[in-house]
Amino acid sequence: MSTFLQQLINGISLGAIYSLIALGYTMVYGVLKLINFAHGDVYMVGAFMGFYLANGLGARGAQALGLSPDGIVGRGLLGGGTLQPSLITALVVMLLAMAICAVIGVVIERFAYRPVRKYSRLTALITAIGVSLLLENGGQVVFGAEPKFFPELFRKRNIDIVSGASINSADIIVLIISLALMVGLQLVVYRTKTGRAMRAVSFNLQSAKLMGINTDRIIAFTFALGSALAAAAGVLVAIRIPRIDPLMGIIVGLKAFVAAVLGGIGNIPGAMLGGLLIGITETMVVGYLSPTYKDAVAFAILILILLFRPSGLLGTVAQEKV
Amino acid sequence: MPRYLRNFIIALIVLAVLFGLDLVFQAGLINPYYTRILMLCGISITLAVSLNLINGFTGQFSIGHAGFMAVGAYSSAYFSVNYGMNLATSLGGGKLGWVVALVITTLVGAAVAGVAGLAVGIPSLRLKGDYLAIVTLGFGQIIVVFLNNIEAVGGARGYSGIPIVKSFFWIFLIAILTIVIVYNIVNSGFGRALISIREDELAAEAMGVNTTRYKVMAFVISSAMAGAGGVLLAHFDGYLNPKSFEFIKSFEILIMIILGGLGSIVGSVLGAIVLTILPEGLRGFAEYRMVIYSLLLIILMITRPQGLLGSSDAFKGLRKRLRRATEGPSGTASSATQSESSLGSEKSR
Repeated sequence: MSTFLQQLINGISLGAIYSLIALGYTMVYGVLKLINFAHGDVYMVGAFMGFYLANGLGARGAQALGLSPDGIVGRGLLGGGTLQPSLITALVVMLLAMAICAVIGVVIERFAYRPVRKYSRLTALITAIGVSLLLENGGQVVFGAEPKFFPELFRKRNIDIVSGASINSADIIVLIISLALMVGLQLVVYRTKTGRAMRAVSFNLQSAKLMGINTDRIIAFTFALGSALAAAAGVLVAIRIPRIDPLMGIIVGLKAFVAAVLGGIGNIPGAMLGGLLIGITETMVVGYLSPTYKDAVAFAILILILLFRPSGLLGTVAQEKV
Repeated sequence: MPRYLRNFIIALIVLAVLFGLDLVFQAGLINPYYTRILMLCGISITLAVSLNLINGFTGQFSIGHAGFMAVGAYSSAYFSVNYGMNLATSLGGGKLGWVVALVITTLVGAAVAGVAGLAVGIPSLRLKGDYLAIVTLGFGQIIVVFLNNIEAVGGARGYSGIPIVKSFFWIFLIAILTIVIVYNIVNSGFGRALISIREDELAAEAMGVNTTRYKVMAFVISSAMAGAGGVLLAHFDGYLNPKSFEFIKSFEILIMIILGGLGSIVGSVLGAIVLTILPEGLRGFAEYRMVIYSLLLIILMITRPQGLLGSSDAFKGLRKRLRRATEGPSGTASSATQSESSLGSEKSR
């Protein structure tokens, strides 16, 4: 029972991260009908931005306070290693990484996807693969191919719930932040004018244009939003498991895409549900079967979904119009 | 000259040329390094042309070709090590025994890869859209995970001790067979059905084309041929490692056919040759190679989405010239045989 509880906690924490990435896939698919293969790599860039920001801010922050930077590098903005101020560092690092990746997302959309929008969807898909390869290999050149270790932004500790099952403070942070981000996204999409325009574009791009919506701007905004969420996921993952490398986005990106399909692609609550389900299933397989097959689980789920309910759990069957 | 006789003569000439070149290579008259690159080109051609059948002609986007290649490579290697070598020795151990064993091994690899293609294709090809892309990518990853864990084929250490067959004749025979098969499929009623699916799936369905069946058939054939390419690779170095079948390999094959032009056989042959030789020239910039590839891919898509050769049918032009050369300027007889034969293939469907 305690194993089950432990795996459930791990699964929810992992699933929340998949959900954040899946949201980006599902939003972009909603407006452009494009599988944005580069999305998983934006998540990787987010983690690396967090890495450089944390180290840079840590060193600068220490200098600003008149301390010797040696030994404090990597300790966060205010250094010291106490829990309260470092949590703010973590938030600052995450928000800055989100802002940088939002810009990267818009740049990718502007220079790679917008020029091919007039061609077939296959062309756009190949371009997305090209961007993905560029980020992975460019990342290997710029960041270095060897894995890097993310600095500890705040002190982690384990909190026992029942005997045999404990929850890490990092997991709690991950859960709170991702929940807050998802609530924020819901507010943006359902309570603002831009959000209404996004929904209109995803419903029908041509009609949205006829209604006077600046579709280019809305698409760019969608990319910015999705990329920011991916960057947040990147920093959160690095807080949980501090090992980051330029190819970390491939498998996670694929799994997040499967999560989006599982929930019903184009459906925002579906992406959250799908992410949680994939995360929990994966940790259960790790806990009860074998960790070696954890990367195969998501794809087994994908094939089952495609066989029995291709529109996803919360998706509606779209009638094809001629 | 009747059509079948002409084809027979062409086949004989091709075989003779291949055999002659094989003797030249065996004699070691040519730098072994160049020989090796040439043979790798042959394997790349097999893979690229087979991928073009599903991606270029059917318009279904598969990005897990390396997975099927791995299935073919590992199954044939396992067969070779455990049964093939015994079979060859029990057939007398001479040249004939080896040839028989090699043919059976290739068929085994292609068949197992074809079955894998069926298993992957049926769930994903029933649906329209991009699902095949993501399922094939996932399949490619799963295959690597499994290969890393199967101890019977060496797991992550790699599979060594596979009999080495470095035969120019064999590699290019398979490559040419792949080209001929794809060419004939594309220019048959079956091929027209595939192209109609690529152009407009809904319209094809309305015209009575069973789109799922045709897509799955094309996918299985393509996977089987990728498996044959894998067989060649397995017996080329006598060593296999799951690492060499990761997604990056699938993308390399994909870039070959996109560079040449989706839906162009000549294009994929050229793309395969260029992208096999190019890395050798770029040895000094190994880490920038993939960066250059990916930039090339994006720029190509923005400026010339149909690839360098597009769907121009250079092969058709070549055939027309060949026919004119063998039959003289009277084009009427040839066009009659062609329309007859296409009618025939329509009926045999």
